[in-house]
Amino acid sequence: MEVLPGPAGYIPTPPAFEGVELPPPGKALLYGKIVDEEIAMREAAKAMLTRRNPTIFPGPLVLWGWNASAMEKAKAVLELAMEIPNCRIIPMPDYRPKYPKIDPEAEINPNHPNLTILHNKIEACIFVGVHCHYANLSLRMIRAGTNCFTIALCAEMGHEDAMVSLRDVHAEEIRRFKDVLVQVREELGIKWEPKLPPENPSLPQENWENLSVVDYGEYSYLLIPRRGEHVTESE
Amino acid sequence: MGLEYVRISPGFEKYMPKDYVDLVQYGQFGRQIDVQQLGQFKELVEEHPMCAGCFMAYFIRVFYAALPNPEDTIVIGTAGCARLALSQAAVPFVYGNYGDTNAVASGLKRALTIRFPDKEKDVVVIAGDGGLIDIGFGMTMHSWFRREKFTTIMVDNEVYGNTGGQESGMSPKGVQLKMAPKGKQFDKINAVELAKTAGCVYVAKLAPTNPKRIAKTIRRAILAARHFGPTFIHAYTSCNIEYSIPTEKVLEDARKREKQDFGFYEWMTDEVKEYFEEIEKQSQEVKA
Repeated sequence: MEVLPGPAGYIPTPPAFEGVELPPPGKALLYGKIVDEEIAMREAAKAMLTRRNPTIFPGPLVLWGWNASAMEKAKAVLELAMEIPNCRIIPMPDYRPKYPKIDPEAEINPNHPNLTILHNKIEACIFVGVHCHYANLSLRMIRAGTNCFTIALCAEMGHEDAMVSLRDVHAEEIRRFKDVLVQVREELGIKWEPKLPPENPSLPQENWENLSVVDYGEYSYLLIPRRGEHVTESE
Repeated sequence: MGLEYVRISPGFEKYMPKDYVDLVQYGQFGRQIDVQQLGQFKELVEEHPMCAGCFMAYFIRVFYAALPNPEDTIVIGTAGCARLALSQAAVPFVYGNYGDTNAVASGLKRALTIRFPDKEKDVVVIAGDGGLIDIGFGMTMHSWFRREKFTTIMVDNEVYGNTGGQESGMSPKGVQLKMAPKGKQFDKINAVELAKTAGCVYVAKLAPTNPKRIAKTIRRAILAARHFGPTFIHAYTSCNIEYSIPTEKVLEDARKREKQDFGFYEWMTDEVKEYFEEIEKQSQEVKA
């Protein structure tokens, strides 16, 4: 089976059911076929350089500095983002459901990743630092409902649902991918000065220090009931 | 789990959504918050899809504000209204199958004790009357018989609210519900006495009318569970939809029930009492 950009339709057959196998160490998946890493990296780089609105979706394993290698990987992701023309970073900080709705410009959620992809018209994306089970879920949904070219930079064994899937990717491998990308960019004749992507567009921070209970008006009684009003034995 | 998991990787601060940056800078992680500061810090749960006027949602809000160590806590819930908000909080949440929350919590607490022998990791079950005392009755009781060291909180809305209004074991006798038109034939189960008999070391019953008291009760239940054994809180959290309580009357209803049959009740073993006296004495000394 060839794993191509969608939309593949509602609940597409998992590539694993169609004979797509995860690559052995040192190899990668390209459109569901096992190939050399270099070939897969070049195809991924081409997609990020030529398709509309290339975006990196870093997951919790990169966003949160829970150990030194996570922080190093985060640094490498930023270095990669700097080299992709007009690249954006939209984070997936955790996996909790977000209802009534998320802000699709500020974040991506694995329970409905298509909202962010469709809203921002993203046609090429990189998943990095997302736990495998949620990456699988998101990649399947994206292939089902959007025309986005998905690239999985997986620290484990890779993902069949991505168009390009690299395995055992840590900081060093991300930097190697960056070098390949720069090479492909030059081959394509794209001029680009490395610079960081734009900041997260979510609303400016509130000033929590100046808030007081009085700001909550009629609801303040839920925060501070009048003493002795109805409960005498409370404290 | 732990404070290192709520630290943004250097360079990514400006790429994180505002909510997460606020959570790190103005949230509860690594700080002791007084529940009366609600609204003045970034809360662990904010948006949720629960009904307007739901008192369970209010209880859950106060519950999260009262956690002694949110960065070292895992919450377990199950099918029912509560999980709608619990799953959206910034605290790890495990969805147990209906009725087996306390079995999952038992395994989880034991695993955490082995994995982190030098750290306190809190496990808290929050489920409804159906999940704990009807369908989950066996699992709940056996976790107490085994003296498992975690907290069980029953958010009692006295009905199966999600599925159209069937009566539960906790519905009051005689009450007519949409799917119980003849009225309930038997009494409300006395969960508090069951918990005491089954071996809980700290048991409380309350109607959430006073946030400070809710917070104190929750903290006590969690602290007692760390050292002594199972703890249980029975909280009245009305279902304003199935019981047709107008939104603006929800608090009034809770106060009414508090006077009728949900007056604050707290019971603990002697050793737990000594422990609280000791830590409360220490905190007073620190303040002085």
